[in-house]
Amino acid sequence: MQAEIIISGFGGQGTLYAGQVLAYAAMDEGKYVTWIPSYGPEMRGGTANCTVVISDDEIGSPTALHPTAVIAMNLPSLDKYEPMVKPGGYLIVNEDMVNRASTRDDIHVLMVPASKIAQEIGNERAANMVLLGTLEGNMHLLKEGALERALEAHTAARLKKFISMNIEALHRGAEYQAD
Amino acid sequence: MALELIKGNIAVAEAAIRAGLVSYFGYPITPQTELLEHLSARMPELGRGFVQAESELGAINMVYGAACTGLRTMTSSSSPGVSLMQEGISYLAGTELPAVIVDVVRGGPGLGNIAPSQSDYTQMVHGGGHGEYHVIVLAPASVQEAVDLTGLAFDIAEKYRMVVCLLLDGFLGQMMEPVVLPEFQPVRTIPPAWGVGSPDSKERVVLTSINIDPPSQEKFNVKMMTRWQEIEANEVRFKSYYLEDAEYVVIGYGTAGRIALSAVRAAREQGHKIGLLRPITLAPFPTKAVDELAARVKGFLVVEMSNGQMLDDVNAIVAKRAPVDFYGRMGGVVPYPDEIANAISELINGDHDPNADARGKWLAYMRKLVGMGE
Repeated sequence: MQAEIIISGFGGQGTLYAGQVLAYAAMDEGKYVTWIPSYGPEMRGGTANCTVVISDDEIGSPTALHPTAVIAMNLPSLDKYEPMVKPGGYLIVNEDMVNRASTRDDIHVLMVPASKIAQEIGNERAANMVLLGTLEGNMHLLKEGALERALEAHTAARLKKFISMNIEALHRGAEYQAD
Repeated sequence: MALELIKGNIAVAEAAIRAGLVSYFGYPITPQTELLEHLSARMPELGRGFVQAESELGAINMVYGAACTGLRTMTSSSSPGVSLMQEGISYLAGTELPAVIVDVVRGGPGLGNIAPSQSDYTQMVHGGGHGEYHVIVLAPASVQEAVDLTGLAFDIAEKYRMVVCLLLDGFLGQMMEPVVLPEFQPVRTIPPAWGVGSPDSKERVVLTSINIDPPSQEKFNVKMMTRWQEIEANEVRFKSYYLEDAEYVVIGYGTAGRIALSAVRAAREQGHKIGLLRPITLAPFPTKAVDELAARVKGFLVVEMSNGQMLDDVNAIVAKRAPVDFYGRMGGVVPYPDEIANAISELINGDHDPNADARGKWLAYMRKLVGMGE
């Protein structure tokens, strides 16, 4: 098994962090995993993305031209990565941040009102965890509860107060299932 | 052993600490800065030396001074900064001093950009400084390998009294992977017999690269060349993938090597007998391994994130016994496995002419790709 996931959005939306939570969870399950950020000047106020590769075997390329899944947290990310998703793959979009639907009919598209859900549970910044919940809830890359355990195990002490909210966000996101 | 998810830059810094690093001198530059940043916190915490120099020139000359004690010292930088250090590297070599230099290579030439590249191969492997000298060059392809090679770098720098370069690229510096960090080694603070300040030296220790008398300089150079022969015999490292039955072989190191692995696997799935040779030591180069393959395979593909700097070395070894194709991206552009897969197809379906102008063919392809026409 190998999966390549690109998580992309504006700087500050937590795309890199969402990727790290996924990478920690994969590591804790004994998978091979790579996490690579965009670290160029575009990070300063523009789009920020990371690529996470999870595999049962030694990972070759840490990037992918045709990822198995993309989480797009804004319109520029949707525009850029929608055409790249591998046929049969997943495109998970923060519906609240885009003004159009996907035009792909050969992939699973999940439009999730992630910002609204995150607001409901107390912090709009948890939208990244909502979408990560949708990803894992559909793709089942890891064992049940792996993301939750990773949050418990790897969240820095000063941020521990956000764990329960982030777990709720994961669960709310997982409610969105592909047809 | 506990796995940790760490960035390459930080992993190398922490591995150096655990290998007993006594002093570090450096100057910040992307995509290497986290390495220096990590050490700036950790070294003082452990009562060890950290100096942010006024420039790369300052840093390498501070390393030169610290290395005269024979105690573990290092610097790190990225391409433009390493260019500035080349004079100091030559002086270190001319004085037989052990030191570790980390180069997290970025796109160039000139100021270039901060994206990953492998275009410092020639500068490190074939010497960017003046005079006859060698640097041992280690090229990891994963964060764990970078950690493991950091420890090795200090060991062999000391063993041979040589400069060892850990050649990374921006991807390896910025990428997070699970790693097992090594145990802390005891920190040696008493200089070896040849080092300045050694309690074992009976005479005054003089370490210098000045050798005014040419025959004396020549004798020194012969000694160093002899040592390099020993290193070539003992320190070659590489990793092979699917080479046992391979009819075609891809050669690539570091990030390009691991991206090539994805393409090689895809070609294997299509039934092609293809393997990958991933050099881990670029100097000394795995010459014997390539030579043996050249005698039996139908063709090679060299993959680099440069204009084919390692290609020249491979060509010299293969010596037209088999065709050597080339695929490279430059200026900080990282190839996708799909591009390498295409290059593999071209190699397998090509006319297998060992005299073909592989670089010319690649450049024609690149001209089209970047919109410069035929």
